[in-house]
Amino acid sequence: MLKIEYMHLQSLSILDFKNIEQADFVFSEKLNCFLGDNGAGKTNLLDAIYYLSFTKGFFNSIDAQNIRHHREMFMLQGKYIRSDENETISAGFKIGQKKQIKRNRKLYKKLSDHIGLFPLVMISPSDISLISGGSDERRKFMDGVISQFDRIYLDTLLRYNRTLLQRNNLLKQFFEKRFFDEDTLSVYDEQLAELAGVIHKKRELYVNEITPVFQSFYTFVSGGNETVGLSYQSCMNEGDYSRQLLACRNRDRAAQHSTLGIHRDDLLLELGDFPMKKIGSQGQQKTYLLALKLAQFDYLKNASDIKPILLLDDIFDKLDAKRVSKIIELVTEARFGQIFITDTDREHLAYILDKMNTEHLIFKIENGKIVGK
Amino acid sequence: MIHDKFPSKLLENAVEEFAKLPGIGRKTALRLVLYLLKLDELEVEDFGNAIIQLRKEINHCKVCHNISDTEVCNICSNPSRNEEVICVVETIRDVLSIENTRQYNGLYHVLGGVISPMDGVGPSDLEIASLVERIEKNDVTEIILALSTNMEGDTTNFYIYKKLKNIEVKVTTIARGVSVGGELEYTDELTLGRSIKNRINYSDTLTF
Repeated sequence: MLKIEYMHLQSLSILDFKNIEQADFVFSEKLNCFLGDNGAGKTNLLDAIYYLSFTKGFFNSIDAQNIRHHREMFMLQGKYIRSDENETISAGFKIGQKKQIKRNRKLYKKLSDHIGLFPLVMISPSDISLISGGSDERRKFMDGVISQFDRIYLDTLLRYNRTLLQRNNLLKQFFEKRFFDEDTLSVYDEQLAELAGVIHKKRELYVNEITPVFQSFYTFVSGGNETVGLSYQSCMNEGDYSRQLLACRNRDRAAQHSTLGIHRDDLLLELGDFPMKKIGSQGQQKTYLLALKLAQFDYLKNASDIKPILLLDDIFDKLDAKRVSKIIELVTEARFGQIFITDTDREHLAYILDKMNTEHLIFKIENGKIVGK
Repeated sequence: MIHDKFPSKLLENAVEEFAKLPGIGRKTALRLVLYLLKLDELEVEDFGNAIIQLRKEINHCKVCHNISDTEVCNICSNPSRNEEVICVVETIRDVLSIENTRQYNGLYHVLGGVISPMDGVGPSDLEIASLVERIEKNDVTEIILALSTNMEGDTTNFYIYKKLKNIEVKVTTIARGVSVGGELEYTDELTLGRSIKNRINYSDTLTF
């Protein structure tokens, strides 16, 4: 195992990004809090940090809509320390021009070269779609992380989806033109089976790896009285896929699409023995998501040998005081790196932080400006 | 503006025909048509006749389905070519590309595309049955599959491979890997990974 490298954002300058006219920050290498009322611009600050890692906004990937009203451009500049080296990343966008991302003043030709260099995990209220949304959200959760580090996985997944699309088209033609071509269909079946095997194995590996970490995080935050489960559901667990495909051939022909495959995989999220979606309270769901995303953080850290930056957007809302202090206790542990938190309730959070005795900085935000520390 | 009616029905017709060509819109079509109008009548006649003659008189080689002026193309009828090896390609353009390498002395078989239900192309729309028949009837020892490396190409390769299962013939496919003169550093991970997996004996690389 390689040594986990060290990385943090030292300072950040913002010009005309969302509601922030101009702001300069110098950050703590451990814990940073943005406090302010609704609409003050706390989340926009997190978005600026997110932008520098992913070359696009978390909430809105249309750059023109990330510019402050009535302005024509925005600029972001972050100074990082990454394995003992200074790195300056700047991002600029002007209406009508291509966005420019520079690393140490050198312009990137391909933005994808930048992604992954400064890994980051964002935990935000929109994560709730993992619980309330359809199974595609949960497949995206798996695919997004695995494909960041495994190009073969991504390629296999793209090939699978393309094969599936062709097979579905073939099934549609069988129906519309009233013919059946067993040879061609079985060529697609065999290709699907080959690709699905690879994808299934890697998804299973990923879920197995994050599950114990996820459970220990949940237990820590909840105080240990609740058990949670995370299990990977796939038709591939039910036996030989090729045989299953053959068995459901008539069903597929009637439906005119492929009814069985890893494109229907899901994650079962449980509290006790019941689905989280049905019985979990808002606070329990929030804790569940937090533990899951922190487990994802842990996986990213091990895969990239660098501690990602952690952004926690408004995560304390709806959580009891006990859980809030447990979360702070957890994320300030040595296994996490630099953290940015937004919150509205100043006294509440400040009280907890003082008790923690961890190095931290608090920034008070009003109308997109820093008004105090 | 370009969708406005033209002052002449003849002009309108010509523009419409040109605009049917791939990569040509109505604006470009109009420019080409106006250019033709400026030429001598005789020149335009030659232009038109060339196209009519092309369409009427062109042959597809009845053996390999390459374009040809004769019933059997000059590759298939060339006695110095190795008749035991057939290279399967998608289009006539691929034949030209491989011929330009001057590395291949066997024959070809042009499929006319790849299997893609999305585009309405099934195996029966391609020259696959004629390929199987050709192999069965002749003394062929090796089939080289040289289709695109995308998913449709893979599907077609696999389909042909299965069709040839009961015939005694060696089926090979063109190597996929690092480009000649390329630096490893700039080769994408997928290609490099594949090159490592399908590595070859060094001694085989010495025979040129």
